[in-house]
Amino acid sequence: MKIAVCVKQVPDTWAEKMLSAADSTLDRAAADGVLNELDEYAVEEALQVAEAHGGELTVVSMGPERAAETVRKALSMGADAGIHIVDDSLHGSDAIATSAVLAAALAGRGFDLIVFGSESTDARMSVIPAMVAERLGIAQLTFAQRVSLSGSDVTIERVTDYGFDTVTGSTPAVISVVEKINEPRYPSFKGIMAAKKKPVDTVTVADLGLEAATVGQAAAWSAVEDFAARPAKPAGTVVTDEGDGGSRIAAYLTEQKFI
Amino acid sequence: MTTVLVLAERDSSNGTVKKTTLELLTLARRLGEPQVVWFGDQGSEAASVLGEYGASAVHVVGGQDMADHPVVPIVDVLQDLVAELDAKAVLVPSSADGKEAAGRLAVRIGSGVITDAVDINESGVATQSVFGGSTVVHSTVTHGIGIYTVRPNSVAPAPAPTTCTVVDVDTTASEAAKTARVVERTVAGKGGRPELTEAAVVVSGGRGVGGAEGFEVIEKLADSLGAAVGASRAATDAGWYPHLYQVGQTGKTVSPQLYIANGISGAIQHRAGMQTSKVVVVVNKDAEAPLFELADFGVVGDLFEVVPQLTDEIDSRSN
Repeated sequence: MKIAVCVKQVPDTWAEKMLSAADSTLDRAAADGVLNELDEYAVEEALQVAEAHGGELTVVSMGPERAAETVRKALSMGADAGIHIVDDSLHGSDAIATSAVLAAALAGRGFDLIVFGSESTDARMSVIPAMVAERLGIAQLTFAQRVSLSGSDVTIERVTDYGFDTVTGSTPAVISVVEKINEPRYPSFKGIMAAKKKPVDTVTVADLGLEAATVGQAAAWSAVEDFAARPAKPAGTVVTDEGDGGSRIAAYLTEQKFI
Repeated sequence: MTTVLVLAERDSSNGTVKKTTLELLTLARRLGEPQVVWFGDQGSEAASVLGEYGASAVHVVGGQDMADHPVVPIVDVLQDLVAELDAKAVLVPSSADGKEAAGRLAVRIGSGVITDAVDINESGVATQSVFGGSTVVHSTVTHGIGIYTVRPNSVAPAPAPTTCTVVDVDTTASEAAKTARVVERTVAGKGGRPELTEAAVVVSGGRGVGGAEGFEVIEKLADSLGAAVGASRAATDAGWYPHLYQVGQTGKTVSPQLYIANGISGAIQHRAGMQTSKVVVVVNKDAEAPLFELADFGVVGDLFEVVPQLTDEIDSRSN
């Protein structure tokens, strides 16, 4: 079985994120870049499928030069090979272009499963897996809290507001996984050493047969007009409980007409 | 008049119109004349309330065949109706289904897409609250028609009565839709409370709750207010409360009228999920807890003293 896992380098989850004043794109220099937390679950799930059913796992990532670290991180967890799509023309790409680039990189390579995290912790759109499924014309089995395979049948539990839907499809399929589907492994020392020798294919937009003019900020189908830091909230009232803390909140909530 | 399509969201327990749909209609009216797309039964029953909020038509997509496949049937119907009605914008709820349908539709019809809008003005400029609410962004779709997903509680639903015509959409699942099939729907979690992401009031607990049994006082307060219950990642990671209820960067984003945080210190991880709440009340025994910075009203004290007293006060006032 051939499995791909798509990962993204994002600013550290715990860092304050900001937009760049110059072009309103994510300021990647402002924080350390890490493997998107939700993608760690995707890598782990893909590894577990590969271990249980046999197969080869390829990490695919689109991002600037430094995203190579993120590809290595996934390789050190146990993936076999990497594809890093890096091209200056990609800067500022919207989800539409990103999905086109990923679909072009994934198409024709015979992947049975393409695994994603359910969202990135920076953009948080949750649309890329669905867009890639749309472009490739294959099954979309997303927001999975459980994945099981039997031959070419794939069954997932899709998280819903009320619980979950059991959804089935056949390979090839796009899967996205939610947080806590598994416990992602830490790269071992051996894994980190081995990752240095694993093959990573660096590809450009032209290599994928796409025109540079169709990606990047200028080609985006949505645009930021302006942005600003949320105005600081005026300081509220903080009191120390002297046996009447609950009553004082009740009084406040009454004043605010909540009760 | 310009047509704007609105995807209805229905209550998962009884199939009626959800408040989020009325919020979408209120925003859609700024852009043109809304028409609703409704999946499943009870569409004609819903027509009166949809009309009250300005929908001139409801397109009812019946049939089990369409209900048995996730996301793609929504895309197929929206695509057809955009073409048929020459719609200039599409508004869908920021649910998993809504976001994925919006993304696929954008690819299919060649339009830009904006997710998690909290406001849309008459010119189609969307307001988004990004990076956990720390930054406010205004953006527009610059290609094709405007496709927006809108967060719950973004706008107060305002009536604008009109006559709503019921139109039956007779269609069956496409080949693309058939690539995935829902074989079972499972209701999990704790019933009887409003859904976390759209509740007007959320009461949540964190590390300070100390254990699963401690959540009883959180739930009692929530029930006295008719609120949803949330939990910080520390509490869900410890297994004290189901992960489904995690509020934060990697969990649910909530934007209620009132958010009461109990025993939650307020790391960025958590603030990212609740920062846009209108009124924030914080109870924590640590006066240095960062969440007090966001508090409109805060009490430094033991939540096991403060919260039950608050619950009793609310119960006695409402009796």
